[in-house]
Amino acid sequence: MTDTESKAIQAKGKTEAATPAEQTRPGFVFTPAVDIFETDKEITLLADMPGVKAEDLLVDLHENVLTLDGNVRPPEGPGEVDVFREYRTGRYYRQFTLSEIIDQAEIKAGLQDGVLRLTLPKVKAATPRRITVKGQ
Amino acid sequence: MFLLRRPDYWPASGWRDPLEELERMRRQMDLMSTAFFRAPSVESAAGVFPMMNASEDKDNYYVRAELPGMKAEELVISVTGNSVSISGERKLAAEDDKAQYHRREREAGTFNRIVSLPAQIEWEKVEARCADGVLTVTLPKAEAAKPKRIAVKLS
Repeated sequence: MTDTESKAIQAKGKTEAATPAEQTRPGFVFTPAVDIFETDKEITLLADMPGVKAEDLLVDLHENVLTLDGNVRPPEGPGEVDVFREYRTGRYYRQFTLSEIIDQAEIKAGLQDGVLRLTLPKVKAATPRRITVKGQ
Repeated sequence: MFLLRRPDYWPASGWRDPLEELERMRRQMDLMSTAFFRAPSVESAAGVFPMMNASEDKDNYYVRAELPGMKAEELVISVTGNSVSISGERKLAAEDDKAQYHRREREAGTFNRIVSLPAQIEWEKVEARCADGVLTVTLPKAEAAKPKRIAVKLS
């Protein structure tokens, strides 16, 4: 993406998410920024979830609804006092409805440096079969 | 003759429409509850990427920023006096040319941010670490900036 290389990033606050169910634990819930793109073979989703460790991330695909749920443990150590605070940490939560049929067994998910990369391969289209019609 | 002092929000010509009045009250209640019960998500944003949090304990200052997808070696961190400068460029890997985008919310670009801390820093001992897309810079306070206990002598 050469066209964006020299552009300065604009500061954007995190967007708080509206969770479908009420929370039992107090805390903030944010919507992660995502990129979604599709090729003939698969759908790829990239999500920015800084601070989420692999063991705290839940990716679930159930009846075409893809759920991303990542928990962030507060990075501050004990005895630290805020000097100033511009962002908050909390859960990341987002749901997507997929219109394609996904090959569930082949889903790949990787989390590196706070970015989730999820590869959702499409189910191979049924190969056309020729049906021979027998005559009498 | 009476002098009747009425609050600003009092309707000038009586209660025009009770429903409208209820609606107004509901709006005010909403405003009040958002102001009271929801802490703002950003308290003192400078409006410069990346957003940063700073905290301190007895010995160190800690400056944190969320930089998903970035590695420590891609960042340039420098310290002068009591300020830290963090700059770099966030690049998003080029994907398949044939890929058709449905959503593109993640941003790429350059950034440069300087934050000042309340006290002097021992710049030789500054450490920076990137883990899970969160940068943590540990800045030890200069000896002069640490709190000292002063023994009070009895005369």
